[in-house]
Amino acid sequence: MYEVVKSDKLTPDVIKLEIRAPQIAKKAKAGQFIMVTPTEHGERIPLTMADFSPEKGTVTIAALEVGKTTRELGRMKAGDMVFSLVGPLGLPTHLQKYGNVVSIGGGIGLALMYPVVRALRQGGNRTINIIGARNEKLLIYEKEIESVSDEFYVCTDDGSKGHHGFVSDILKKMIAENKKIDLVYAVGPIIMMKVIGNITKPHNIHTVVSLNPIMVDGTGMCGSCRVIISGETKFGCVDGPEFDAHKVDFENLTARNKRYIPEEQISLKKFMEGK
Amino acid sequence: MPEEEKKAPRKIVPKKYPMPEQDPKVRIHNFNEVPIGQDGQTAILEAQRCLQCKRSPNRKVCMDGCPVEIDIPRFIKQVQEGNFSEAIRIIREKQNLPAVCGRVCPYENQCEGYCVVGKKNEPVGIGRLERFLADWERKEEKHGKIAVPPPTGKRVAVVGGGPAGLTVAGDLAKLGHKVTVFEALQYCGGVLIYGIPEFRLPKEIVRAEVDYISRMGVEIHNDCVIGKLATVDELLKEYDAVFVGTGAGLPDWTNLKGENLNGIMSANEYLTRVNLMKAYKFPEFDTPVRVGERVVTIGGGNVAMDCARTSLRLGCKESVILYRRSDAELPARREEVHHAQQEGVRFELLAAPLEFIGDENGNVRQVKAIRMQLGEPDASGRRRPIKIPGSEFLIDAQTVLIAIGQSPNPLVPMTTPDLKTTKEGTIAVDPEGRTSKKGVFAGGDIASGAATVILAMGDGKRAVYAMHKYLMQDPSWPAPEVFEKLSCEM
Repeated sequence: MYEVVKSDKLTPDVIKLEIRAPQIAKKAKAGQFIMVTPTEHGERIPLTMADFSPEKGTVTIAALEVGKTTRELGRMKAGDMVFSLVGPLGLPTHLQKYGNVVSIGGGIGLALMYPVVRALRQGGNRTINIIGARNEKLLIYEKEIESVSDEFYVCTDDGSKGHHGFVSDILKKMIAENKKIDLVYAVGPIIMMKVIGNITKPHNIHTVVSLNPIMVDGTGMCGSCRVIISGETKFGCVDGPEFDAHKVDFENLTARNKRYIPEEQISLKKFMEGK
Repeated sequence: MPEEEKKAPRKIVPKKYPMPEQDPKVRIHNFNEVPIGQDGQTAILEAQRCLQCKRSPNRKVCMDGCPVEIDIPRFIKQVQEGNFSEAIRIIREKQNLPAVCGRVCPYENQCEGYCVVGKKNEPVGIGRLERFLADWERKEEKHGKIAVPPPTGKRVAVVGGGPAGLTVAGDLAKLGHKVTVFEALQYCGGVLIYGIPEFRLPKEIVRAEVDYISRMGVEIHNDCVIGKLATVDELLKEYDAVFVGTGAGLPDWTNLKGENLNGIMSANEYLTRVNLMKAYKFPEFDTPVRVGERVVTIGGGNVAMDCARTSLRLGCKESVILYRRSDAELPARREEVHHAQQEGVRFELLAAPLEFIGDENGNVRQVKAIRMQLGEPDASGRRRPIKIPGSEFLIDAQTVLIAIGQSPNPLVPMTTPDLKTTKEGTIAVDPEGRTSKKGVFAGGDIASGAATVILAMGDGKRAVYAMHKYLMQDPSWPAPEVFEKLSCEM
């Protein structure tokens, strides 16, 4: 059992929980995730770590409340206990001195983007960050990401803040202006990552995406999270979650992530009705 | 009873006393255990079929077939006399998971395979006696802490809480060592928890066995993925020795076209959803699992039988096993095949998949397969299946389960640079379970490749002898060349 130290809402739909897990906090690296099971009857779901502090002995998770499990987490308050927490899992972000790194995040992906960009910058890279959301109110980790940015761009679909349009518009403009880009890192909705990959591919810009396939154990045992990379089957949990965007079969990932939608709706309905 | 009377010739009851089972028509609608278990009176009668044979170099008896060396005649003698408490004590001298092994051991090839009674009649039902005693103990005996010898002061880390790890933990505790088990999942038990279905091995029983081991003073830490949370090298700083029993958790794939379609799962995913996460109780439990009208399971081992039988219970209309050899080569235990047949699983034998065909939404719709015939024996001694040209056929399936084997879990070898592995990815060990890294031992599927629960336990037991010796008397270690050779040979 793991104690919730602090619980917040970043937006009406996005929760942030700081949980006591000293050993995981000590070992966690940017880009990794943890498996969270809220209760004994709960589902094991992978959540990205938005932060981790070896000093405080805590990890911070952020999640969009879409289904039952995330809503259940959203109702947890300081002092509540999470049934199971396993990690840190997956390979950490590969860090090296690339040069100019353009990182692009959308929606809940911004939570993961923060520690990754922070690590990239600590590693001596120049960090150019583009963040986006549907509207201003849904932007999360904006200040944090800005604090580790050499250049910083905000986009909203409705124009309520920053550029009125998509994150990909800014990237396209940078490429059109022949800006030197050594690496693109993208995390967010599948469609966003796919679009980014399609933009950079013709220009041969190395592009890394962080994928979010459905997992069960998260340790390489089941293959629920298998993704197709250059025609080869890889496991999101142990070979990823980061992959070369130009090699990912996004179609397959999109189809696979829809596998349990009817069941997810049954669970959610039951939960919302208080059963 | 005087000695003479016992030795007097007597008529042996030719068959085992029957094991009551749930009716197949009823049980395919529930996850309750199939064999219901015997009562004390039946156990005594069954025990009385035992001849109490003496073991000798030229005469193999039951004990010769037991990987964990239970003193079988001695415990059966106690059952004959109705001393159940003493009988289970004798089993527990050697065996840490009697309620598990009394259910899932392939006794027909082990103890019962060597039973002298079995030469002309059915062997003594040793497996069901073990099960009876373990169940009796769980119900009748209420014990708190279990006495262990005074502490030796040595600390051991066991990585992986499956059959091998639990055996090592229990046996080392019995020798006075302080043991900590690190288990990756939220419950200890390994394949006993995530793999073997409730109807073959109720999880309550696994929990009780794990509880017994923790009452011997073994500390169990769930949710700990060694290789991620801590490395073996880090464990060696805190512990005097490490045992690695991380199993064969990596599912094998067919690598055929269409395998990543929705509705196609590894046996591991399917069984983990159902058993560990209790998807059969969805939505009371949150993890879902879905089966279509027809489920095709590819493979013929015990895991394949578990998949096919689980599918019936989850409500599919037809559950089909697709296996490339014939009935005689099915690697599953006969009892499992028999249970599957009774329940109505259809066996499509001498057939292998070629391709998986999907619909426009990415869901599997059909399996394209081909008929096979058996040719000359291959390296495994079994006749090699050969495709019959032109015999392709299609079989509709909304769910396909891949149960063709598992490979060793790579996490510990990957994160322990000086741990030698074999070509198959298993950790190279000497005959007593030592690895190339001083102080580190390994056993079970991670060292032998995918095998059975009891063989993993036997491995664990062997490692315990070597570990105890290493901890208490002789800290010497084999030369690196030994492992160089082992890693090439296997």
